[in-house]
Amino acid sequence: MRIFSEAQYSFIEKRKAAYVFSGLVLLVAIGAMVANAVLIGSWQNYGVDFTGGTLIQVHFDVPVTAGEIREVLGGTEAPPITRFGEENEFTIRAPISEDRGVEAVREEIRAQLESEFGAGNLDVLRAELVSAKVGGELQQKAAFAIVFSFFLTLIYLAIRFELRFGIAAIIATVHDILITLGFLALFRVEIALPTVAAILTIVGYSLNDTIVVFDRVRENLGRKGGRKEDPMALVNRSINETLPRTVLTSGTTLAVLFSLLFLGGAVIRDFTMVLILGVIIGTYSSIFVASPALLEIQQRWGTGESKDRKKRRRRGAAIPT
Amino acid sequence: MFKTIRGRLITIVIILAAGLGYLFTNGIKLGLDLQGGMHLALEVDDPEGTYTAEARADHIERAERIIRTRIDEFGVEEPLIQTVGSERLIIELPGIRDEDRAKELIQRNAFLEFKLVRPTSEVQSALPRIDRAIVAALGADSIRGMGQAAEAPSQGLEELLFQGEDTAQVPDSARAADSAAASETPAPGEEAQADSARQETPETELRPFTGLLNQGDGEGIYLVAEEDVEAAQHFLSLQEVRRALPRDIALQWGAEPVGMGARTYYRLYVLEDEAFLTGDMLENAQANRDPQYNQAIVNFELNRRGGRRFAEFTGAHVGDFLAIVLDGEVMSAPVIRDRIGASGQIELGNSPLEEARDLALVLRAGALTAPLRIMEERTVGPSLGQDSVDKGILAGVVGLVLVVGVMLVYYRMAGLLALGALTVYVVLVLGGLAALNATLTVPGIAGLILSVGMAVDANVLIFERIREELIAERATRTAVDEGFSHALSAIVDANLTTLITALILFQFGTGPVRGFAVTLSIGIVASFFSALFVTRTLFLLYLSGKKTTDPISI
Repeated sequence: MRIFSEAQYSFIEKRKAAYVFSGLVLLVAIGAMVANAVLIGSWQNYGVDFTGGTLIQVHFDVPVTAGEIREVLGGTEAPPITRFGEENEFTIRAPISEDRGVEAVREEIRAQLESEFGAGNLDVLRAELVSAKVGGELQQKAAFAIVFSFFLTLIYLAIRFELRFGIAAIIATVHDILITLGFLALFRVEIALPTVAAILTIVGYSLNDTIVVFDRVRENLGRKGGRKEDPMALVNRSINETLPRTVLTSGTTLAVLFSLLFLGGAVIRDFTMVLILGVIIGTYSSIFVASPALLEIQQRWGTGESKDRKKRRRRGAAIPT
Repeated sequence: MFKTIRGRLITIVIILAAGLGYLFTNGIKLGLDLQGGMHLALEVDDPEGTYTAEARADHIERAERIIRTRIDEFGVEEPLIQTVGSERLIIELPGIRDEDRAKELIQRNAFLEFKLVRPTSEVQSALPRIDRAIVAALGADSIRGMGQAAEAPSQGLEELLFQGEDTAQVPDSARAADSAAASETPAPGEEAQADSARQETPETELRPFTGLLNQGDGEGIYLVAEEDVEAAQHFLSLQEVRRALPRDIALQWGAEPVGMGARTYYRLYVLEDEAFLTGDMLENAQANRDPQYNQAIVNFELNRRGGRRFAEFTGAHVGDFLAIVLDGEVMSAPVIRDRIGASGQIELGNSPLEEARDLALVLRAGALTAPLRIMEERTVGPSLGQDSVDKGILAGVVGLVLVVGVMLVYYRMAGLLALGALTVYVVLVLGGLAALNATLTVPGIAGLILSVGMAVDANVLIFERIREELIAERATRTAVDEGFSHALSAIVDANLTTLITALILFQFGTGPVRGFAVTLSIGIVASFFSALFVTRTLFLLYLSGKKTTDPISI
């Protein structure tokens, strides 16, 4: 069996449409984050891992709704209550209380709930307390980890490929991260520690996909006559040649992720959803963002060669080194 | 060895055996999110910044040792105790059931001191000075706002001192009104009454602190009613008050309340400020039940040096009272009847024996040199953990079956070879986790499954390349060789960049994220080996029976 084995789609020709599409999606993404900043005071719905506070996860053996719990815990004064995956399972997020331990908060909430729903009908599955200091550190660390991994990747690609390949790959990855963050902001998905892991995985996956295409560009450039071929045609051919692999790998990765999404349980559901989104965007961006970016960089700034060579290239000469 | 197929197969078998060996001897450690347990992050409790960074680091280092001893004695399987940076201590107790008790064990300072009790007469002369210091520090108006007890021109104390046994009743009546006035929302009538009283009391006659003291039930003891303890503690914490106290005297609270009539009091002891002996000279401590009073006690023994000092000191102070102070609270203050040798006991009143056991344990392990504060705490119940494991495994198996199915349908025989390589990969990852003593967390499972994706990707890259070479009408064997060598650069670059990300995650991540980074890193290394070495070997094996031009199933 074979798919896309002799594919000759004109991906690069359609890059303008991709720019418009990416631009619109990015606009929505950034808009969602700005809207959050205005409406809820922060770009994202940060969980206790980042803001500090206490989180308690309760499972009920009897049917209970979030509204009922809210009633019991003080109506409008009640802390945020979210259903967590399963039926009758909820997380309750209480604001930070530095002077009381998480046990005190947990027991207080347990007592209130038990008095209403009956002792023995509920089970505290998880209790977390994060001080504001630890949470703040984590935000910094996460941002630093992403920037730092970009930096190292850029250096690696500059050495193994050329600087412009590195820059194009980073552009595509930033594009993917912004869209992912926008999606998280749009649906106000709670940002917890695993979410950061998911975002970093997307960085890895997106780079992986881009590198496979760039690897083929590098190889085709190195072939006899490669430097004389029209750069657009060369990049487009490279994308087509790697298309079967792109489709198959994305497909199998998505298959695994979907089985995680449907069978993996509530604890990693958000995590998996972010990854699925990341794989789709990562695949899209390696074709429609990274590759065009590589061409654009070269057309705008070249690679440092003299002007007359640039003129020659405009006539369709080659991607010079 | 790597040149011949036989050599390659032997290498694979050895590595497989090592992986399986580690897997079955070490097993895979499950993270707290999978098996339940408690995670704590502690720092030196220092809100006012009185310690230097070096001092904090030093306290944390000592705390790590002491807490390790405590936890080892408490008996938790595979606890993790480590310093992160220089100022934070991470403790992970898998499978722990009684979180409160464990926390008490960890956080308790267990600083034991022996101090001589001094007669109240030694602070008597300082009391007016203390009152004036409080008035000066807090302002007369705020003192007046606290209620009448503080203002009552000290008719209180002197009379009380001579009332002996009746102590408890008299302040009762005198105080009924006070406590009402002291509460934050007094009835309007009472407030008016208090107001008028306020105007009558001149500033010099305010007795904010002395007014709270009642005659004690023993030498060197004042009694403070339960409801006044908070105010008294606040006064005693003031810098100005500490300066007003005689230099060698400390006022310290008793640990247990005393009931007298219908009221509850706390003892305030007058002690020598300097301890003549501390818990660092303790050699052993055991929990016991005192049959006579049916109370929990901790018997302790001092080391030789401590015993000598204890004996000397008690010998010189027969007839005096000796306060046993634990974490700043006076546990008991018995009279010294005779010279005491190297042992003694701490009374815990009617606390359960379990508490005595825990106290004996922390005393044996030694005292923390500074109080610790919980910065982060996570407890996961075992049911949630088990549920996550089951679901994670199910999802993983289903995902793998899907991938294998696609590979078999799409690549046929080559797909089967990939399946062999992936099996080696799975054993290697699990064995690697076991060998490195890594912890498997929920994000770790996800990282694992994701790295399966990378391993599959490597095989796909190779197979696609071989197909291309075959389309270009190269001989089978050449096509396979070319396929592997051309796919190499993409596999290396893709895996190395992901590895960079994983290593950064490991460096900066904590807890679950770290677990993710570890499984991802191990996964990448294993996928490297599995795709480039195992798949290659299996291909060589597959081709070995064929002529160079025979078609292959890919």
